[in-house]
Amino acid sequence: MKYAFYPGCVSRGAAPELFAATVEACAKLGIELDFEPMKTASCTGSGVLQEKNQRLGDTLNARTFALAERSGLPLLTICSTCQGVMSQANQRLKSDPGYLAEVNADLSEEGLEYGGNADPRHLLWVLVEDLGLDKLKSMVVRPMTGFRVAPFYGCYLVRPSSALDLDEKPERRDSLERVIEAVGAQVVDFPGKTLCCGFPILMINETNAVKMVANHTTDAKSRGADAMVTPCPLCHLNLDGYQPQASSMHAQPIDLPILHLPQMLGLALGIDPKAMRLNKHIVSTEKLLSEVAISA
Amino acid sequence: MDVSLSVRRFNPDASRPEPYFQEYGIQVEKSATVLDALIKIREEVDGTLTLRCSCRSAICGSCAMRVNGQAALACNTKVVDAVEQAGGSVVVEPAGNLEVIKDLVVDFQPFWGKVRDVEPWLQTAGPEPEQEYIAPNEDMLHLAGVMSCIMCGACVSDCTVLEVDPNFLGPAALAKAYRFVGDPRDDANAGRLSNLNEYGGVWDCTRCMQCVEACPKGVDPMGRIMALRDRAMEAGFTNSHGARHAEAFTESVEHSGRVDELRLPIKSKGGIFNVPEMLKLVPVGLRAQMKGKRPPIIHRKNPGQHNVRRIFEKVEDKR
Ligand code: FES
Repeated sequence: MKYAFYPGCVSRGAAPELFAATVEACAKLGIELDFEPMKTASCTGSGVLQEKNQRLGDTLNARTFALAERSGLPLLTICSTCQGVMSQANQRLKSDPGYLAEVNADLSEEGLEYGGNADPRHLLWVLVEDLGLDKLKSMVVRPMTGFRVAPFYGCYLVRPSSALDLDEKPERRDSLERVIEAVGAQVVDFPGKTLCCGFPILMINETNAVKMVANHTTDAKSRGADAMVTPCPLCHLNLDGYQPQASSMHAQPIDLPILHLPQMLGLALGIDPKAMRLNKHIVSTEKLLSEVAISA
Repeated sequence: MDVSLSVRRFNPDASRPEPYFQEYGIQVEKSATVLDALIKIREEVDGTLTLRCSCRSAICGSCAMRVNGQAALACNTKVVDAVEQAGGSVVVEPAGNLEVIKDLVVDFQPFWGKVRDVEPWLQTAGPEPEQEYIAPNEDMLHLAGVMSCIMCGACVSDCTVLEVDPNFLGPAALAKAYRFVGDPRDDANAGRLSNLNEYGGVWDCTRCMQCVEACPKGVDPMGRIMALRDRAMEAGFTNSHGARHAEAFTESVEHSGRVDELRLPIKSKGGIFNVPEMLKLVPVGLRAQMKGKRPPIIHRKNPGQHNVRRIFEKVEDKR
């Protein structure tokens, strides 16, 4: 299983722990990450650049898809937002050959052409669809028994369902819950799991963004969650990084550790928490790790 | 077929003025909608169950409510599908983000108030034409989708921003605003966009796409909000946090191929000389710094960035 690895901006910027954990966990799982093909790939535009110019965003993503096609490898993402923005762009490009041809004209100078065959996949989907949950279960060396984890998907990995093929691949809808179970933990279901973390408006309306953090983390916690896990580093930045502000809206600290998906995998696969930089979170994971008898 | 519905009840005048769920088991045809089932309950089982409906054909917009946690028109949702989705009892609740008056009926007053706030009527300048205002067909086509809005409030029900901030204009009113901003006959764009650029307007949307998914008519409210942002920036309203954020983000991708997480917040907040805003960033920055989570100070360009920059030039030229 080899993939053209698209790390995204955040895992190389504000969330280096995601990058470290991905590399470690994928190595254990036999998911080979080829860094070469995506070396010159740009940001997806994250939906923000698209506000100014959607055509520009689609062209940048078409370039990324063309690079993946040239490598002959499937494209792997580790961010809900990267994945969703790519899936939306891909849907527009694939459904309109005229548009695809126009976009390709702007790639030609670099000798690139997008043939419409890229199929970007989030690591979460790769676990369920390519690796298989049984295989994942068989590789768990430190089952997270007794550990209660709330899933948090990130908007872009659940909507719009048409771009994400959720009707054709319904297993994607509860993939995160199934992975939580596969590592031996217990799922804490809560309605906020598919809603917005607030990150996109953090720079625009911080009060609202932080209220969203407060609502989701306190709700999950009140339902018994020991931790929350997310396949989206932007959700992580907000749910972890702004939890102190969210706590100050309430009388007491919320104190809900937020794990990146590969960090949760890594714990179950026996990877050293420090190698996955679990000591670098804003909300401490120390108590959590000691509770599951894993020393940080 | 036998189905059971778990309906959220609430009656402020009753002896039990707290919301609660009531289970109803009934028999319905395979082709029945959730609305058919609710009407059957009201007529045959429990006459006190209160709901709004009229057309039963997804036209009037009266019957928006939450089915299995998601906003939908009850008359447009098959019971079989809802049972399958729920894997048991179908959960029926009133629409969200609007106050419940009784059972499944919510107060639409704030909804209409916000629609009125965007002045949803044509405002033209110059002398009135002798007959009707004429607009070329192709200039009106992009409004066809947004004109199919039936004002059911499904988008408002599931909006994640309204959940934390009732001041937000919300997806329905903003989609309606786009319907007039995008109308070639309307001459009030400057004022409209200036208002929409304010707090509670287009920049407060989180792009969560809940409204896109909830809308039974394919109006794509969020897409309209994004189009309004673009129009606002094009019209020169570039001084909001949101506009500066979009601008700085795009610049960063053009410059280096990726996002500069250190400079983006600073630029979005109006630059380092906006002292009050900068001070607000300090605690977050410090906490991140202490944990070694600060983004790299030297923001390196991607290799081959000239190719990305060329795409920027080519595509931006086309506008
Ligand atoms: S009853 Fe008219 S839309 Fe449902």
